[in-house]
Amino acid sequence: MKVARRALIGLLSAPALAQGAAQIVVIGGGFGGASCARALRRHGLAVTLVEPNATYTACPFSNAVIAGLRPMERQRFGYGALRAQGIVVVHQAATGIDTTGRRVTLSGGSVLSYDRLVLSPGIALRFDALPGYDEAAASVMPHAWQAGAQTELLRSQLEAMEDGGTVVMAIPANPYRCPPGPYERASLIAYYLKTRKPRSKLLVLDAKDAFSKQRLFEAAWAALYPGLLEYVPLSAGGRATGVDVAARAVITDFGNHEGAVVNVIPPQRAGAIAQIAGAADRSGWCPIDPVSFESKLVPRVHVIGDAAIAGAMPKSAFAANAQARVCADAIAVLLRGAAVPEPRLLNTCYSLVAPGYGISVAGVYRPAEGLLADIPGAGGTSPLDAPASFRAAEAGYAEDWFETITADAFG
Amino acid sequence: MAPVVALLLGAMPAVAEEAPPGASSCFGCHSPTREGATIPSLRGRDPAEVAAAMRAFRDGTRPATVMDRLARGFTEAESLAISAWVVR
Repeated sequence: MKVARRALIGLLSAPALAQGAAQIVVIGGGFGGASCARALRRHGLAVTLVEPNATYTACPFSNAVIAGLRPMERQRFGYGALRAQGIVVVHQAATGIDTTGRRVTLSGGSVLSYDRLVLSPGIALRFDALPGYDEAAASVMPHAWQAGAQTELLRSQLEAMEDGGTVVMAIPANPYRCPPGPYERASLIAYYLKTRKPRSKLLVLDAKDAFSKQRLFEAAWAALYPGLLEYVPLSAGGRATGVDVAARAVITDFGNHEGAVVNVIPPQRAGAIAQIAGAADRSGWCPIDPVSFESKLVPRVHVIGDAAIAGAMPKSAFAANAQARVCADAIAVLLRGAAVPEPRLLNTCYSLVAPGYGISVAGVYRPAEGLLADIPGAGGTSPLDAPASFRAAEAGYAEDWFETITADAFG
Repeated sequence: MAPVVALLLGAMPAVAEEAPPGASSCFGCHSPTREGATIPSLRGRDPAEVAAAMRAFRDGTRPATVMDRLARGFTEAESLAISAWVVR
């Protein structure tokens, strides 16, 4: 009887759900949360999306905005399509979660009950991790790692800089949002300097020695930006140990690097609500069951996107969208009391190293030993020796991917 | 209970069905609805044609930028299940 009743819940339309139906609350309206809310709604479930901002500003392609190659307006998305689909969108912050009583408290004081909760809170920047780099410092040395005002600040600083100035970037150790993102940013800032301020230099300080698509990036840098872009890995003293805001400098064990423009990408952790829910572990990120994306720490709470510890799967918008769909399917299955089948997930991440020059990394993942693992023999990067037509095709696919993924998430 | 369920089912709108393993990720690039996309929609295609493309990508006999890398993550049986689902 119980199972049969649950089976019905997944099939009811919204008006029929008014009483006694499963309530799903999704916290976070980015690529993961918006995609998941829509996928859950397609299953006929009653879905409430909690997102404080009325407009979402997308990170993918924001490096092109910083380099003056793209207007900021193209990064902005609203939630009208979600509402039209029957999703209740609440523009408040979630301030508390009672995981025993299964209730979410909102900043306005109201309370939402849930049968299943999906957390897709993205990242929080750790302003306690790099001495000197706090929120006030970010207004002088922008991170631009959450798109919006910070993206525009870094853009305007580059525009205001005189030709001949030095731009300094500091890149953190793993894990962080968008593994190839800093190197795409370095590439596109170098492109901006080369074409607009050719006497300038870009110094890239990295807290690690290896990074995503490294050989492709380094080959492109050698070909396109020789003498302009200098990359300093961990082993050559690239790790930032702090910042000096007054001097606009990044501090390393080997000296201070002053810049006319300084972009500091600080260490990160899961968005704050993950800690509040008790879904984050001591690493600051959220361990999950790789089959259902249910938290390993809190029952009936699922975590997707950048906040999750997803093993080999990177913290990318593509991954968040793919996880959102798998998580929504898993919740639909769980609500009718069935066992969740083992999923497969994909990721494809494009980076631009210059306009019309795209490179990619892809992966196929399956659950293994409690994490998501690469399926051997699949995935990998674009070939090193590809012709310009191949790079141009990937740059075009990157744009097309952005249009599709944003249409899926935001309508 | 069973007749009641059948009655209710008949009156209800169709809802999404869970995807076979790997299939839902395809929509990250292949939009079923967006007009003017460069990356083609798979909706309405012959599933056998999609499965043949997956096979050719997997074997390396069809040129690709990224589909060769992705198709190698799936067996023939998995590709057939994906192909049947993504064309709907």
